[in-house]
Amino acid sequence: MKDQVELVSGNRAVARGALDAGCRMYFGYPITPQTEIAEYMSMVLPEMNGVFLQAESELAAINMVYGAAGAGRRVMTTSSSPGISLMMEGLSYLATAELPCVIANVMRGGPGLGNISPAQGDYFQAVKGGGHGDYHTPVLAPWSVQEIYDLTRTAFDLADRWRNPVFILLDGLLGTMMEPLRTREPVPEREAPSWATTGIFAREANDRTPRSIYTLHMPEGALTEVNRRLQAKYREIAREEVRYDEHFTRDAEVLVVAYGSVARSALQAVRIARQQGRRAGLFRPVSLWPFPEEALYNLSEKVQKILVAEMSSGQMLEDVRLATAPSCKIEFAGAMGGELIYPGTILTRLQEE
Amino acid sequence: MAVLFSRPQSLTDTPFRYCPGCHHGLAHRLGAEALDELNLREKAVGIASVGCSVYTNEFFNCDTQQAAHGRAPAVATAVKRARPECFVFTYQGDGDLASIGMAETIHAAARGENISIIFINNACYGMTGGQMAPTTLPGQKTTTSPLGREAAREGNPIDMMKLLNALEGPAYLSRVLLTSPGKQAAAKRSILRAFRAQMKGLGFSLVEILSACPSNWRMTPVEALRYVDEVMAKYYPPGEVRVAKEVLEG
Repeated sequence: MKDQVELVSGNRAVARGALDAGCRMYFGYPITPQTEIAEYMSMVLPEMNGVFLQAESELAAINMVYGAAGAGRRVMTTSSSPGISLMMEGLSYLATAELPCVIANVMRGGPGLGNISPAQGDYFQAVKGGGHGDYHTPVLAPWSVQEIYDLTRTAFDLADRWRNPVFILLDGLLGTMMEPLRTREPVPEREAPSWATTGIFAREANDRTPRSIYTLHMPEGALTEVNRRLQAKYREIAREEVRYDEHFTRDAEVLVVAYGSVARSALQAVRIARQQGRRAGLFRPVSLWPFPEEALYNLSEKVQKILVAEMSSGQMLEDVRLATAPSCKIEFAGAMGGELIYPGTILTRLQEE
Repeated sequence: MAVLFSRPQSLTDTPFRYCPGCHHGLAHRLGAEALDELNLREKAVGIASVGCSVYTNEFFNCDTQQAAHGRAPAVATAVKRARPECFVFTYQGDGDLASIGMAETIHAAARGENISIIFINNACYGMTGGQMAPTTLPGQKTTTSPLGREAAREGNPIDMMKLLNALEGPAYLSRVLLTSPGKQAAAKRSILRAFRAQMKGLGFSLVEILSACPSNWRMTPVEALRYVDEVMAKYYPPGEVRVAKEVLEG
């Protein structure tokens, strides 16, 4: 294993993580603040015998992901908020057809065309499904360039394990900032899964029944059965794929819940609060879906109050309220329109009773 | 005993569920015969679309994917690039290909994507009950152009052959009819040429089939055939509009 540290941006770490996970197909459409991912992929994939294709739109890009995933390849797309909205129809189809793929959303300010500053306003869209119908996609929310790389690799494995699209949820700050990155040994692309439409000729003599990938289920009861199977899978994911990170929570009297770049401000605020004698802690959900409900509930029984900090009008706030003990006081520090949340803001709120 | 006529291998034994006089069954059969004759069934990945063509995946006896409305060319693009050794075709109607999926169609064609498209133009949205399509003819009555299509109100029809023929990417473009046995044989020759274009790696190929939709046209099957010949084919002239010379070689 090479032991080499490089200085790279979060956007590039997405690409590096995907490539090192054996992803050789990328479809995308330019949108700030994540276009660097497409640019990097367009430079390196052809040399790796891979496929980079700039789609005519995000709609086309996500449906290209559907085709390539259905053909059994590791594949990804990336975009930012308005572009992700355009992909939501495709996400619903991907989830229903149970096609593994990875989508990174480098969130910018919204709603509408919004602006190009960091934001976390797409939380609901990411964790509640986003497109039509009852479905879920696992959502991973890294907070550093290193974790972006690591979780992008993890995302491909989760996608395969559960036959499901997996989201990497970033914001413009994480995407564009540079930090040291230590990459790990790359893995080759895995073989086509046993359900992929690879053409009959590519398969063994005992496996030559035509395969079909489809999402229309018209016979009576068929769609109910599909939904039951999907929901059973989601319950299993919810049990097995919970990820979170804790800092100074053991004796905390006040707790910040934050994810992504806001969690970095929160950790600094927590450290300063501790120096000032306030026993503060940070709880950082890493999987936003499934949400780490149980771990947060247990903490909520012990602390005086929880401060939810996120760059939205209060979206994760709702999941925190659902997951915490009724006796626990919940406060909120938000920012909208692409404004950041600085450590000082969080610190002031931690100092309050 | 000699078998003189049978179901093509590239069709499943699922009975067609199309309306009497509908041309989808014939178009499926011709496509399947072409797959058989070129020995493509086992290499094929067929892309179904949305509309009456949504069940294509149940009828073609090869690997298939069902695409979202209008996105079949994008899905096919990715399947072909993911598995260049596969033969990739889409089967799409006019609402799917020329309205909601216009961008995907034009861009796949412009890229010269090495895929083949069977395009069913019946001048209306069949599955939803006969609404106006981009291909609905001037004066034609549909459930959403009840007074008859008028350019000033509903806009003009789109001739996909003219539009696609403006691009560099296509290797083969042809419009055919199914209104007589002779025209069906010619239609199959066009489908074979389109498929050969892909096999030779020449780029985008598309065969537009002017198709009868008696149920939604409120006609008998015989009247619908006459309408295709006498009205539709006048507005949308049949024939090959693009034939890369390599298509005919060898």
